Amino acid sequence: MTWRPALARGWRRISGVGEAELVPQARLSGPMPWVIAIMVALTIIAASAGLALRNATASAAADLEGGATVQIVEANPDARQAQASASLARLRAMPGVTSVRLVPQSEVDALVEPWLGAGALDSDAIPVPALIDVRFDRPATPARLAALRGVLKPIAPGARVDAQSGWLRPVFAAMASLQWLAIALVALLAVALAAAVLLAARNALGANRDTIEIVHLLGGTDAQIARVFQRSIGVDAAGGGVVGLLLAAVVILVLGRRFASLGAGMVDRGALGWADWLLLALVPLAAVLVAMVTARITVLRSLRKML
Amino acid sequence: MNQVADGEIVHFDNVGLRYGTDREVLSDVSFTLFPGSFYFLTGASGAGKTSLLKLLYLAQRPSRGMIRMFGADAITLPRDRLPAFRRRLGVVFQDFRLVPHLSAFDNVALPLRVAGVPEKDIARPVGDMLDWVGLADRKDARPATLSGGEQQRVAIARAVIGRPEMLVADEPTGNVDPEMAIKLLRLFEALNRLGTTVVVATHDVHLLTKVPDSLIMRLDKGRLSDPTGALRYPPRRSSTPSSGPLAGPLSDAPL
Ligand SMILES: Nc1ncnc2c1ncn2[C@@H]1O[C@H](COP(=O)(O)OP(=O)(O)OP(=O)(O)O)[C@@H](O)[C@H]1O
Ligand SMILES: [Mg+2]
Repeated sequence: MTWRPALARGWRRISGVGEAELVPQARLSGPMPWVIAIMVALTIIAASAGLALRNATASAAADLEGGATVQIVEANPDARQAQASASLARLRAMPGVTSVRLVPQSEVDALVEPWLGAGALDSDAIPVPALIDVRFDRPATPARLAALRGVLKPIAPGARVDAQSGWLRPVFAAMASLQWLAIALVALLAVALAAAVLLAARNALGANRDTIEIVHLLGGTDAQIARVFQRSIGVDAAGGGVVGLLLAAVVILVLGRRFASLGAGMVDRGALGWADWLLLALVPLAAVLVAMVTARITVLRSLRKML
Repeated sequence: MNQVADGEIVHFDNVGLRYGTDREVLSDVSFTLFPGSFYFLTGASGAGKTSLLKLLYLAQRPSRGMIRMFGADAITLPRDRLPAFRRRLGVVFQDFRLVPHLSAFDNVALPLRVAGVPEKDIARPVGDMLDWVGLADRKDARPATLSGGEQQRVAIARAVIGRPEMLVADEPTGNVDPEMAIKLLRLFEALNRLGTTVVVATHDVHLLTKVPDSLIMRLDKGRLSDPTGALRYPPRRSSTPSSGPLAGPLSDAPL
């Protein structure tokens, strides 16, 4: 008789090929995988909106926060010119300053024209300040601005120094609250997604309660049975997750194209980097993980009620 | 034989069973099953046959008493050791318990797959077994499309495919014609000759006479009586296990 060794051998090899046959592999059957797909898509879209907003804010802030504007307010055009040149030279020598640019008169004229009218600028009747655009290698902190003022004081007593981000502060605040909204949405959707996955797993197991009991009575171990169901439900969730990811990717790419064609600088900078896409791809992975863990816990719990 | 050495495969001592807080459905049940013997368990409907078999196939723990099985105390056995014990059993459930979405073939193959038998060693014995119970042409059918008797034969094939040390069959011939009933009894006898201890619960008194040297246990309202001296020690032994080659599908079974 050879059956005892054979049994012992079989006992060790519990993850046989045939395990997949223990439960039905009804992939993408019923509404649950589709619900998972939709939830995954919505979660990814909300998350991508949040990420794009973050990217746009960060890149705009980097541009603006590293800059300051110096206005030389001086009624006498010659004196103004002299002060501007001196300031320019002095600022170039300053440590931490990466670039200095005297805004050309034509640009300044264009800026004030809407308020003063084209004719007013022909004469020097109205003194328009000279503008110098200063870029730092780091954000323009109040201390830096103060240092700038200190340096310019002796050269150009009429200089006024402003951080460029100042006037954009309300915009940043608005974008920050939009980001919070996106985070809250993602959190809510993630909870709903987890609930959907949970229901799907429970549902699939409920339909197979008899099978679980039969395999249990035929000597299936808890781990073996849990593994079979975990795998089958993981496959279902993965199907839903992939569909959801594709759906979301299409939406994001189409929207991205649309925004890019607006040519608005701020929006362009919201483009998602590869790290962002990686993060988004984690959403379906998380869904699969939740599904498998739920399946495992549910199966083990129902098995523990049996002897 | 690689059976339990001390001359018993199962021992019940003063076992009682109640479901919930109901009255006891089994009371003071004491008996010993000896390896290689063929037992009938009989009794009226509701006498507690299925309940006693549930204790035997480890689906239920008794409310009191002691059960020893394969040399171990079945009551204090840790839960994670039970699957190994269950794999040494073959069970024909009274309600068949076929997996509804699996074909007849896959249902019969289930114990082998649970035990991790390689796929290449499954097709032939399962095919032969289905042939033996007369279901070769129905091997791809789902249980729902099989008649009651056909389902019962699938259940029996599944119980014996792994050549268990002990076969526990609950009314295994309740749904088949007398001729098929005899044929299935022959299958149990063949298995018995290979060394399997067989316990068949039935209320078909005609069946009891069909297996020579079988021992009869009778349940009466949850209490055991002993018309053939099956419970005495030493018992009247059944046929001695033969080791010669055997006709039928069992000689090809993989375990
Ligand atoms: N799960 C259960 N919960 C409560 N009572 C039960 C349960 N299973 C069986 N019983 C009761 O236990 C008693 C014995 O039932 P059992 O199924 O063991 O009888 P049986 O001898 O197998 O009958 P039959 O020949 O009709 O199959 C019956 O009175 C039944 O109502
Ligand atoms: Mg019964």
